[in-house]
Amino acid sequence: MILLKGNASCQGCPHSIAFKVLEYLENPIVLMPAGCSTVIAGLHPNSSLTIPCVHVPFPSTPAVSYGLSAGLKRRGIKANVVAWMGDGSVDISYSLLSGSALRNDDIIVIVVDNEAYMNTGVQSSGTTFWKARTTTSPKGKKEERRNVALQMALHKVPYVATASVGYMRDFIKKVKKAGEIEGFRYIHVHCPCPPGWGFESSKTIEMARMAVQSKAWILWEYDGYKGKFKISKISKRAKINALKEYLLSQARLKHLSDEDIEEIERKIEEEWKLLEHLEKL
Amino acid sequence: MKKLLTGNHAVAEAVKIAKPGIIAAYPITPQTSIVEKLAEMVENGELDAEFVRVESEYTALSVILGAITAGARGFTATSSQGLLYMYEICWWVAGSRLPMVMAIATRSLGAPWNIHGDHQDIMVLRDAGWIIGMVESAQEAFDLTLQGFKISEEVHLPFALGLDGFQLTHTAEVVEIRDYKVPKRKPLPYVVEPISDFALNAVTFGIPKLIARHEQAKDLEKAKEIIKRVDKEFPVSYGGLVEEYKLEDAEYIVVMSGGWCGDAKDAIDILRNKGIQIGMLRLRFIRPFPTKEIGRLDGKILVVDRSNSDYRGVLGLEVSTVRHDIKNVVTGFGGMELDTEDFVKIFTKFVNNEIKDVEWWYDSA
Repeated sequence: MILLKGNASCQGCPHSIAFKVLEYLENPIVLMPAGCSTVIAGLHPNSSLTIPCVHVPFPSTPAVSYGLSAGLKRRGIKANVVAWMGDGSVDISYSLLSGSALRNDDIIVIVVDNEAYMNTGVQSSGTTFWKARTTTSPKGKKEERRNVALQMALHKVPYVATASVGYMRDFIKKVKKAGEIEGFRYIHVHCPCPPGWGFESSKTIEMARMAVQSKAWILWEYDGYKGKFKISKISKRAKINALKEYLLSQARLKHLSDEDIEEIERKIEEEWKLLEHLEKL
Repeated sequence: MKKLLTGNHAVAEAVKIAKPGIIAAYPITPQTSIVEKLAEMVENGELDAEFVRVESEYTALSVILGAITAGARGFTATSSQGLLYMYEICWWVAGSRLPMVMAIATRSLGAPWNIHGDHQDIMVLRDAGWIIGMVESAQEAFDLTLQGFKISEEVHLPFALGLDGFQLTHTAEVVEIRDYKVPKRKPLPYVVEPISDFALNAVTFGIPKLIARHEQAKDLEKAKEIIKRVDKEFPVSYGGLVEEYKLEDAEYIVVMSGGWCGDAKDAIDILRNKGIQIGMLRLRFIRPFPTKEIGRLDGKILVVDRSNSDYRGVLGLEVSTVRHDIKNVVTGFGGMELDTEDFVKIFTKFVNNEIKDVEWWYDSA
């Protein structure tokens, strides 16, 4: 068991589900910037993680992870060093993340994306869903939504994938694959957050699946060695007409008009077309 | 063996002897030629280290933080804005009680832009828990870099080595390449390995946080004795935390730090020839601060500063925590170089009791 019982996560927390994948890596060491995961991991002198954990400053995660990985390698110690970041950490360390990808640093980055800065109380982030209400976007987010995984794939790193806590077998398969490769590996996992998004805490998995089934979150994989891009089977079977139900079942998106939903639908279709195009290359 | 070296290359030669496992750096004037030299040494196999080419100073020190957490020896160098950009990580390195050496080619801070020398940048490290050394020559830069690894690793605190931008970094002198062995890095008190059971730097409230900082402060204080011991054991002794120059019978005492002390010493010699009993206490370390050495001074004190805090110089402020009756000159900003003649003027005015409590000095050759 990676995450012990009695930890500080909220009911229905997607991160506490996501932590399970670390069991499928050999010799993991996890690095953690400020975020919900920091609190879940435990306050001194307690620790809820059964694997070594290094807490690091917010923007520094990819770089400290690489330093640790390189330092251990020089001592002849094998480890899978995991940079465990939230979407807030991605925003604040974006140039470091890009630099790390560019150098092909030997680390695994797992981004647990709950689509807002949840630990500070639900503020808008780069990956916050289109038009979603947060405490800093009370009338709905106006900016675009950052597709970080795709941007990482464009760095031509060995492995990039998207995943969801609603599809753990797929997520685990991707983590296992990443664990067997060397170099920069990136997995971006969709994490619906009950208090942040405004849905019942018993419905995290349901919400995660609805996101995938409506293409609001698309699962794919990029194999950098072969240069092959592949939309995962689960997403291929998904249908965009399930979108409205997904959106309106969350308090943060309840305000959406039919026009808003149509606009979001168009954006998703554009993204889908782009991914299909990449797959054909 | 003797070599003609700039201050920066003297640092690089010493780093090579200390054999760090990981070097990460981002270029910034006037530091750049330190890490260029090290990159060259790594590429041609003279130095068995990994040189990580990063996209910012923030990343440079973050990579080193990871590497030294894993038990490797780490080195980086920076200046000015680069130091500010990595400032957050400076606190994490010290708070994690990890050893390393960072060379700081001291340079002015913006705004406005200025790439030339003063001491404003390195002074921001005063509260961060680092040991801060300041050198006067390329030889001392070489010697203190080597000692820095040893001192830092004994006391588990990072070591910043300040050398004046351009004045020392870009001027060459003959440097003795000493045959000095830095012992292997001591293992960490905790084991950072996959199988080990630890959470490093988790959220820590109240009393344990106070204990952590108190231990750090106690060890910084303890570093005073280690610095003195390492200095004594070294082939050449500089005097430990301070260097005393013609102080035995001095009625007038100048307190200064850094590369310009050489010119100021020449000025002291000139005044001595005129029969004025003047000497210098050169601060080789800003942290830990040589409080005892300053407290012992017997004479009138003038502190000459290349950095500012409130209306005073930073060292003026620091010295005044020990001695209240001081005069303070603030000058030498942004590459404004003072030569021996300038120091003769300042010191003469001081001896004639014509210097204000805090005087901003504009007159330079």
